This record gives sequence, C-alpha cells and structure tokens, in this order.
Amino acid sequence: MSLDFKPGAFNDFFRDETFRDDFTYRNSPQNIRRFPFPFDRDDYMYSVNMEPHVPGRKGSVFEHEFDVDEHYVSEMIDRAKVLADDPLRCQSLPHMTLAGWDLLELIMVSKARDYPQWFSLTRDGNRWHWINRPLGIDHTFTFLDESTLPYGPFEYITRQTQGDFSLQDERDNDLWMDAGMITSQADWSLDFDIGMSFMEWHAPVPLAHDMGVFDRALKFLLKLQHGAPVRRFNWTMTVNPLLDTAPETYPKWGPSKTTLTQENLGNKQHLRVELQTLYRLPRSNAIAFDIRCYLGKFEELVTVPKWGRRLHRVVRDLHPDLATYKGFIRNRPAMVEWLSKYDDGAPTSPGWWPED
Amino acid sequence: MTQTPLSTTIKSRPVYATLAPRPGRLHLIVADGEGAEAVVDLIARAPDRAAMLAAAHILYTPGPNGTDQWDSLQALGAAQVFRAPTIPTLLPRLAKVLADAHMGTQFYLAGTEGLIGQAERDIMATGVPFVAIQKEHRGSTVRRVQCVHCKGITENVATDPFRCSHCGLNLFVRDHYSRRLAAFQGVNIDAEDPGQVPEAVVRFQ
Ligand code: HEM
Repeated sequence: MSLDFKPGAFNDFFRDETFRDDFTYRNSPQNIRRFPFPFDRDDYMYSVNMEPHVPGRKGSVFEHEFDVDEHYVSEMIDRAKVLADDPLRCQSLPHMTLAGWDLLELIMVSKARDYPQWFSLTRDGNRWHWINRPLGIDHTFTFLDESTLPYGPFEYITRQTQGDFSLQDERDNDLWMDAGMITSQADWSLDFDIGMSFMEWHAPVPLAHDMGVFDRALKFLLKLQHGAPVRRFNWTMTVNPLLDTAPETYPKWGPSKTTLTQENLGNKQHLRVELQTLYRLPRSNAIAFDIRCYLGKFEELVTVPKWGRRLHRVVRDLHPDLATYKGFIRNRPAMVEWLSKYDDGAPTSPGWWPED
Repeated sequence: MTQTPLSTTIKSRPVYATLAPRPGRLHLIVADGEGAEAVVDLIARAPDRAAMLAAAHILYTPGPNGTDQWDSLQALGAAQVFRAPTIPTLLPRLAKVLADAHMGTQFYLAGTEGLIGQAERDIMATGVPFVAIQKEHRGSTVRRVQCVHCKGITENVATDPFRCSHCGLNLFVRDHYSRRLAAFQGVNIDAEDPGQVPEAVVRFQ
C-alpha cells in the first residue's frame, strides 16, 4: 500500500495550481466571496478570541467541520513536496500514536459525513474502508494497527487534509506540543518547538504575555471538552502565494519580501489567514490544533469594498511590534499606499461578512 | 559572588536559582568552570556535610573561558569525583551514572548554560521531570546555538551575529530556547538583503 495520489477526478472544481516556482495559485471569484476575512472591526490587537466551532453559514468556510475547498488537491501535492525535501516537518513523539488515531477517526468520520460525494468511510468493527476520490485513494486497514497503513495514522491522515496540525499532550496542568504536521506555517519551526509547553512555544510572541492573553487561553483550553471544539482566527502577511514559509528555508523565500512595487503589489501581496480549530480527542485526551491557512491576494480582497476599506485601516494602524513580529514592517508603507486607493473613508459595518 | 545575573527575557528561556541541599541517597553533581564555586557553596550549606559528601558523585569540566577549579572540588572529599577535559567527554560518564542511579537521586547542575542544558537534556531523557533538577548559572554567558537552517549546533557563541560553524550562514541569536536540543535558535540575518550583515558585537562573555 502506498499513498501515491491519482488526482484528476472532479477537476472542474479542484484547481491545478502551484504554491512555488511560477505561483499559479489564485482564488476563483466564488472563492473570494467565502474568504475568511478575519477583521470584524477597523482595528486589531491580540485577544482571547475563541468561539464554539459550530456549523456556520451555508457556503462559508464554517459550514463544515473541516473545510475542503478548490485548493485541496494542489495543497496536498505541495505538502508532499515539502515533506520529500524535509521529512522533519512531520514529527510525532512515541507516546502520541493514540492521539494520531483519534485525529484520523475525527477527520475521516467528518469528511465522509460532510462531503459524501468525495469521501467515504465504511466500518466493520476495526476493519475500515476509506475512499478519498479527489486524491484517488482507496484503502482498507485495521483501526489501531499501524502496520496496516503506509504511514503512522497522524501522518497518513494529515497528508490528505488541508491545514497544519499539531497534537498537544496534557500533563502537569499544561499542554505539550508532542507531534506536528507543519508544512504551511507562518515562520516557526516544529523541529525546534516540539516537546515545548504552551508558554514556551508562545515565548516569541510580543505583548500578549503581558496582556495575560496566554494565561487565560491556557486555562480555557485545559477545560476543553470532547465534542465541543472551539475556533479562532490568526493572520499575517506573505509575499507570493507561499504556503511553506518555514524558518528552515527563510534564506530562499526571504528575498521575495524586497520585490514589491505599487504595480505588482496587488497580485504578489497576500493576506494569510489562519482558521484555527481545537478539538479534545476522546481516547488520548490530547488536544488537536488545526491551523488552516487561507491566502488572499490584495487585489482579490479589495473586490469586496468593505474589506478594502477595513484592510487599509488595520494595516495602517497596527501596533509596530505586531507588524515587526509578523514580518511586514518593511513593506507596511507600500501596502498602506496601495490600499489607500480602496478606502474612501466611509464607515464599515461590524462583523467580517462581505455584504452585511 | 560570581552568580551570573541574567536579564529576564522570554518564557522559553530557562530560569536558574541557587543550589540547595536536599535529602537523597545519591547527590549527582555536574559542573563546569565557575560552577565549582556553586558546588563548594552547596556543600557548605549541607546540614550534615560528611553525609552529603559520602553520597556525592561530582562530574566536572573546565569552562569555555578556560576557568579550571578542579582543585577546589577535589579538595572537598566527595565519594567520587571525575574531571573531563570537555563537555562531550563528560556526557558518556554521566550516561553511565544515570543508568545506574536509583530512586532518591538528587540532581545539581552548575556553571554555563551549555553544560547545564546538555546535562539536563540527558537526565530528562531518563524520565526525570525537569522541575526535579536544580540548576545554578555561574560564569560565562556564551551560548550554544542551533542554526534553524542546517540544524548544526555552534558551541560557545559570543557574538551576535555569528557565522554558523556548519553551513557558514550569518545568524542572529534569538532568546527562544529548546530544552530538547539544549540550544538557543540562530536565524539568518541577511536572508532578505543578502550580504548586508551588521558588524558582530560581543553579547555573551
Ligand atoms: C494548543 C494550541 C496552540 C498551538 C499549538 C499554538 C502554536 C503557536 C505557535 C507555534 C505560534 C508561533 C510562535 C512563534 O513565533 O514562534 C503561535 C502564535 C500565536 N498564538 Fe498560538 N497556539 C495555540 C493556541 C493558541 C490560543 C488558544 C491562542 C489564544 C489567544 C493563541 C494565540 C497566539 C497568538 C496571539 C500568536 C501570535 C500570532 C501572530 O501575531 O501572528 N494560540 N501559536
């Protein structure tokens, strides 16, 4: 059994595109309307912004447990390339295997329920039959028996699921990042951070520690219940539609930050939104953290007038420590200049939906 | 006192305190350089000095700045004392002591962050929680740094930026610290503007 993809099915929906070299990634007009624009007001500061992860508006990224969109197949091909170049992007400490099975079950059950046209799961005791039609996968395996899969359960399922994932073990009233599939990260290293506690891996974040954000967030997470997942947004900026902005390869992609002009900025500069969801897992009691990355070109986002106005104001007024941490302080003036053309000063309505 | 004051930085950075004697069947003491002074102070604070020394096993190596206080440790009269020429030659001996150690072992580490971090890593690998390990920082503040790009570790980094001893990239030194690697993180400083490397300044001595 192998995990070679045989894509091609449903290619009227799944885009064939790249996140490297010629960067053919873009959003279709319908997909722009469902972009998870993360700003519900005209300014931004860190906060404990968590809400129940319950089904949201039809057609939105909140409609299903795990959002599968037009970029699915190409993102999975990109992940396979990242892992071929650097297998250390997926690691799992030995005691995390059970949590990996928990996550595999959660994803397979959810996707088969929410997208029956693409995924199917048939269970006969521990004999499971999984079909992933977009990637051309049809496997029968024994649940909880690693030898029946081509990878460990965590790597197997996250090679077929958009979004980075980390698994947190709970010990001593703390969370420990003891496994991760991290190939579309905003400049942090799993290989460096694996094994760290909640406060340790968050150590580089400015301001939030002193604001008490992480104390409250950890307390909240330790009480997270199975069956009651939560979600939050995080965001940053990326030049070119690069999913993989890893510190490991920073010398390769760092120079692209110096290539922006007023002419190419709308196409090259991307708002990078992370829809983060957190699940308590039933057997292992671990917490799964899904960091789903959505990339939107500035020129795509400003097609929604409310978003154009708001993005201009948020970027212009952001605390300089946050702009520095997020890595765009050098390009902020150029971004503000470009965005200012889409801000007529009109008031914006509360909330992030495009037309409300 | 030559206790090294460390400015409080970010939360992944280890914190250090003064070593305090605790009851134990074995006192495993690992030190380098000026850490020897912390060990002498530790023994002086013991309620029953002779009993502590009779159950003490001391591993020592000179510091990265050349400080060698082996004589003061030898003079204590501990049950076992060992002098290694370098940290890498100290660690196999530590591994053997750990393999033989029983319940009721007390762990005391003293000296530079490089020595403390590597000893702590090896002790934790045997299942001891890090809170059970006492650590006192003394002497040099040079850092052990992992290059996030090639993963190579450069020992005794004094300047910021510095050149990675493996891949040659110019790295700036972050305070972000991994206990698993016993190292700080180094990141390429001229990635966005290749060739524009600021002058190195001595930050760690
Ligand atoms: C257990 C799940 C979580 C994991 C594994 C996780 C992981 C991370 C990591 C690796 C970073 C990057 C740190 C760096 O610069 O090296 C980060 C940033 C951050 N995290 Fe978390 N996190 C989790 C939950 C949370 C929660 C619940 C909050 C809620 C307040 C939060 C707030 C933040 C913030 C504000 C940042 C800075 C992001 C930015 O400005 O781009 N995290 N997180």
